[in-house]
Amino acid sequence: MALEDLRLQQALANASFRFMAARDRAASEVEDWEELRRRAHAIKRDALENLAAYLEQFEARVLERGGQVFWAATGQQACSYIVQLARARGVRLVVKGKSMVTEEIELNHALQRQDIEVVETDLGEYIIQLAGERPSHIVAPAIHKTRRDVAELFEKKLGMPPTDDIPRLTAQARSVLREKFLAAGMGVTGANFAVAETGSIVVVENEGNIRFCTSVPRIHVAVVGIEKVIPRQADLAVFLRLIARSATGQKMGAYMSVVTGARRAGEPDGPEEFHLVLLDNGRTRVLADPLKREALYCIRCGACLNVCPVYRKIGGHAYPWVYSGPIGAVLTPQMQGLDWEPKLPFASSLCGACREACPVKIRIPEVLLALRRQEAESVPGRHRWERLAFRIWAWVMERPWLYELAGTGARLAPLRLGPVAAWLRTRELPEIPRYSFRQWWRQRRDSR
Amino acid sequence: MRSGREEILARIRASLSQVRADASHAKPEVAAASCRQHEAVGGETRREEPGTRSHLQARLVEELQALGARVCVAADGTAAREYLVRLAAEKGGKALVARRPLVESLRLEGERFHPYGSFPAQEAALSITQADYALADTGTLILLAGAGEGRALSLLAPVNATLLPASRILSDLDELFRQEPCATERSSDLVFTTGPSRTADIELTLTIGVHGPGELHVVVLADT
Repeated sequence: MALEDLRLQQALANASFRFMAARDRAASEVEDWEELRRRAHAIKRDALENLAAYLEQFEARVLERGGQVFWAATGQQACSYIVQLARARGVRLVVKGKSMVTEEIELNHALQRQDIEVVETDLGEYIIQLAGERPSHIVAPAIHKTRRDVAELFEKKLGMPPTDDIPRLTAQARSVLREKFLAAGMGVTGANFAVAETGSIVVVENEGNIRFCTSVPRIHVAVVGIEKVIPRQADLAVFLRLIARSATGQKMGAYMSVVTGARRAGEPDGPEEFHLVLLDNGRTRVLADPLKREALYCIRCGACLNVCPVYRKIGGHAYPWVYSGPIGAVLTPQMQGLDWEPKLPFASSLCGACREACPVKIRIPEVLLALRRQEAESVPGRHRWERLAFRIWAWVMERPWLYELAGTGARLAPLRLGPVAAWLRTRELPEIPRYSFRQWWRQRRDSR
Repeated sequence: MRSGREEILARIRASLSQVRADASHAKPEVAAASCRQHEAVGGETRREEPGTRSHLQARLVEELQALGARVCVAADGTAAREYLVRLAAEKGGKALVARRPLVESLRLEGERFHPYGSFPAQEAALSITQADYALADTGTLILLAGAGEGRALSLLAPVNATLLPASRILSDLDELFRQEPCATERSSDLVFTTGPSRTADIELTLTIGVHGPGELHVVVLADT
């Protein structure tokens, strides 16, 4: 269990504080940071309010450039399209750029079931894939591994000479993955943004692995959630100022590619085929309510994870689905349905740090409250004892004499009996002081 | 059975129409012929007065150096050529050169220099490319994967040197997206490069040169 894994907790806290400090510094260097956030929010609101029209425009531009477009209502449909494409083209090896959406649809399993090799190429994701684990942090997926773990893994799985030197470990991975890139028949990426006006997908990264996937294999497949569409190219000027600063505190990611279709006549390299998979997979469920819809504004920077006191304690593995942290708590119940994990919106202290950190100003605490309300009202009579208890509590709180009486009662009553004892097995109650504040106050006043 | 396309669009319209009685009238103004609309929602980004060329160049050099790139400001083609010849000799092996007019005008000849496409790019010790634009405020180079250079040349070799005409230094992203003709019309891939390839995936330790080049040289060529 994550709470007991001290090493994971330390690694997470360390990473989160580093990313947070870097983000704060980077944001403070931008004069109009708040204005940028406000504009990013407005652009996303417009994009989603007119989603159907922008998607049609985006699709039309991709088709004009000779790309193929597949609309996938479910993750399974998306996977079958990609698997069938790979089989039809005789692809035996697929390289993948770092992307959350392909984790979401579990593309790796789908490909492997058909005996198609698939390799994660982001260094952190590759380490996790070799270890057979799940990412623990959106930006630093292998943050829970030490250099020794990585060295042992590379020695065991790749036959690499043991080393404690991080640049050498990186070079080992580079050499193995370089061979994979050059041999792969298909590169699969996600997208940070999809520009309706031009039919471009935009990917931001630091290592160069996504660039490899979009430039070297013969086929490029981009899996894009329908909420990624933004209206205009000029909107990128807003989002690109926000995304890297919010994720790692860099002014820009080391690499960013604006890919508009496959290679064109006269271009010396690049894929011959470009396939766009537009994915719903529960996103249209999130659209109905204007407040809760804000969960779809997310640009996956990870800033809300780093500032979240709950996430820092439990880590990404403890969340039930691929999206973790505060944004996971508002996305997962809406995309999967609230019944799937009804307790998730309650796993927050509503401290509001996520809303302050979010570069697109998603009102995460408000959405969490709306989801709690929805959960509470989903079944008539649900939580009736809790409702009754709080009604009594409110009634008592409005009457000072009764409140005092209750305080005295609590000091005398044997609290740890029956259902209360069961409740207290996993919780610690603060020691009840011998005097109440009011008693202490009266005593102090009288003794003067 | 309805196709995925119709199904998804219908779901979107149904969800949104719960808020807005008629979603179809909300169809935004969509530019058909023109390459881009300048008016972003919420107005233009507030911008500094466009700096003078020399100010922009100084800012770019400063940002590039902070990112760990090595910068040579070349007064003319001869100086640029000398820098690249020296660099190629220092790195040993073969250098792969973009087939672009400005790069070709430097006449990088001899046994070390080969045009892109003449042998597999992963065997090169050095790649020599040309940037179409640079952004002064972030130290970003922008390479259009057009003729002669492609998407991968600047990625594959362990060392990349990029030639940048000083006149192509822009202040920021807003200025870039105002350029005519629109860059996405001109190329299937716009590559933005901000410093060398990097990762911090093992113990958050910054390591330079993962999949892309670990060493980046920028030769700023003064206007003639």
